[in-house]
Amino acid sequence: MEHAAHNPALLHHFADPQQQKNAASLGMWLFLVTEIMFFGGMFCAYLVYRLAHFNAFAAGSQQLNIWLGATNTVVLLVSSVTVVLAVKAAEAGNRKRLVSYLIVTVLLGLTFLVIKGFEYAEKFEKHHVPGATFQFTEPFDDNGKQIPVNPNEAQLFFSLYFAMTGMHALHMIIGCGLFTVLAVLAWKGHYTPGYFTPIENAGLYWHLVDIIWIYLFPLLYLISRHS
Amino acid sequence: MATIAIPANQAPKLHYLNNGHSLKSWLLTTDHKRIAILYLISVTVFFFLGGFFAMLIRLELLTPQGDLMQADTYNKVFTMHGMIMVFFFLIPVVPAVLGNFLVPLMIGAKDLAFPRINLMSWYLYVVGGILISHVMLTGGVDTGWTFYTPFSTDYTNTKIVEAGLAVFIAGFSSIFTGLNFIVTIHRMRAPGLAWDRLPLFIWANYATSLIMILGTPVVAITIVLVAVERLFHLGIFDPKLGGDPLLFQHLFWFYSHPAVYIMILPSMGVVSELITCFSRKRIFGYKFIALSSIAIAVLGFLVWAHHMFVAGISLYAAMIFSFLTFFIGVPSAVKVFNWTATLYKGSISYATPMLYAFGFIGLFTMGGLTGLFLATLGIDVHVTDTYFVVAHFHYVMVGGVLMGYLGGLHFWWPKMTGRMYPEAWAKLSALLVFVGFNLTFFPQFILGYVGMPRRYWQYPPEFQALNVLSTAGASILAAGYLLPMIYFVWSLRYGAIADANPWAAAGLEWKTASPPPTFNFDETPVVTWEAYNYDEIPAWERRVPVAK
Repeated sequence: MEHAAHNPALLHHFADPQQQKNAASLGMWLFLVTEIMFFGGMFCAYLVYRLAHFNAFAAGSQQLNIWLGATNTVVLLVSSVTVVLAVKAAEAGNRKRLVSYLIVTVLLGLTFLVIKGFEYAEKFEKHHVPGATFQFTEPFDDNGKQIPVNPNEAQLFFSLYFAMTGMHALHMIIGCGLFTVLAVLAWKGHYTPGYFTPIENAGLYWHLVDIIWIYLFPLLYLISRHS
Repeated sequence: MATIAIPANQAPKLHYLNNGHSLKSWLLTTDHKRIAILYLISVTVFFFLGGFFAMLIRLELLTPQGDLMQADTYNKVFTMHGMIMVFFFLIPVVPAVLGNFLVPLMIGAKDLAFPRINLMSWYLYVVGGILISHVMLTGGVDTGWTFYTPFSTDYTNTKIVEAGLAVFIAGFSSIFTGLNFIVTIHRMRAPGLAWDRLPLFIWANYATSLIMILGTPVVAITIVLVAVERLFHLGIFDPKLGGDPLLFQHLFWFYSHPAVYIMILPSMGVVSELITCFSRKRIFGYKFIALSSIAIAVLGFLVWAHHMFVAGISLYAAMIFSFLTFFIGVPSAVKVFNWTATLYKGSISYATPMLYAFGFIGLFTMGGLTGLFLATLGIDVHVTDTYFVVAHFHYVMVGGVLMGYLGGLHFWWPKMTGRMYPEAWAKLSALLVFVGFNLTFFPQFILGYVGMPRRYWQYPPEFQALNVLSTAGASILAAGYLLPMIYFVWSLRYGAIADANPWAAAGLEWKTASPPPTFNFDETPVVTWEAYNYDEIPAWERRVPVAK
């Protein structure tokens, strides 16, 4: 317990701060592994059904709003940069910059969620939400001919769209909550250049959520958009 | 008792059990040993609850007619039996009770890496358990523990979403336990405790934890998808909407087959500890046993589709999964052969834990070999969904996991409580469990082979004789499980006082007091020896005491 006297952040069962930090960061990486497996189940379903019903998936994909999706991609990428800057600020012991970068990150996260909300609203208006009210009109190809698409298969695309982006949005909400708490604690001076593991680990979490979106965006929005 | 008994009137040493007596000191503890005790109590409750449903099943099957309950009730009863036993007993039992208590002690650490997450794991388990009990009391579920779609998503009107949520929450409890163990084993080992000096129980829990963190999230998302399919009509597994119910089975078994190894691997670790201690020998083939645990964890992820041979997967996929299933028999056999080789020329004593270890080896071998029958495509078609399958996995789950757990619980009971259990009663219960188990489940192999399907509440009269044997065996088995419950509780007050190392066992956990102090070791130990150095334990210590 004598360590505790000069480092209040050191828990009793660790020999030194380095061991504690290594443990926390390994724990976080393992948690990210579980997250990848968690989303992996849905990516697996996506892969199977996209191979089975490619035309319907392409048609469904073209109903998504590519500009809102692209804007959100940029918003998230910028938020990852602000997270990195927050970690840097914590390392340098700059409390004001740390707090501001955390707040900016939360604001960017909220921006993402608001844009996502507009996209969801659009899906409701177009009856693209799976369920009894689902409707899907067959799209036209470049020559003005209707492409035959089984509406049930298109509905499956939207099922996966909502499951995957919904689960992603839930992770964003958790992330925003997490950074808000960290910003308050940072403001109160909980973190020092010698101890800022929570900032670093929350940053890792945010990057993972970001990376998942980087995969979701092309897989959901960009099917057959290469021409 | 051959150990030096501490007079009871001497001032008691401060240890983890008497360090605080308030309810709060237990419910808000972050001490891994206390959390292990919390788990011990809660998994025992669920074990007897699951056992109660097992008795209802056996009573219904005593006669060919459906006289005790209706088909719907019977469906709910075997579903609750399966869900409770799998998710609330077998998966947590050895890691969360024995693992929680022993992992830090065996590696010379003060606690697990994340004590508060450890406590949270227990609370998640309890919340999941309360939820499943709520489901049980308000109507139950009738899908079997496997939640197969489209029955679970489109047809049944029972409490799928609530039961799914219970399993989801319990799943996160096991994810966090696994995460905690891996980090602890990587980062918290005592100086000198290299990987090749770790007890095999640690290797087994490490392999288990890998499966927990890689597999459990997949079943979690699968159950979420089933729930959203029911709630919001997403059609991911619904053939009417272009979905594929087979995908559900793939995702479900991707976790649930490895989950079988989550259950059995820690018990295998226990057996390695028991066999060495009670034959006073170094383990034969340390590296092979250690790496076979890892091999089982890895290969365990590549065999899931053997649950689906008749579900409509392609013949070539079935052949590959059949081959891989045979292949995973190899690391399991490596363990059995090495345990047997360890016995050779050992000075074997027949204390209760060793009886359970012997029981484990015999019954697990039966369970494992009949698994090879099921891996064979032709035979699998014949016995799919019959009592042959039921007997097979009960030989592994009950004959294997539970035998290992009970052996371990007897072995470490003096360490956990500071008291010896009554040896004669314990031997009697080990005998009852072994006899009762075989009488319950061996007839089911025959029943299944001659064609009795599982999950039916009625059967043709010609199956009755074997079913009566099975029910009779289940009654003996129940007595065998109730007995330890009684004498363990009795021993807390009246058992002989145990010294630090009543079995003269190797291993760091025996080098601290029984029960251990809150921070486990007065000084962090420095390890300079290999695991199971029984040949180096001084001659005067070379005795295995027989507890009174």
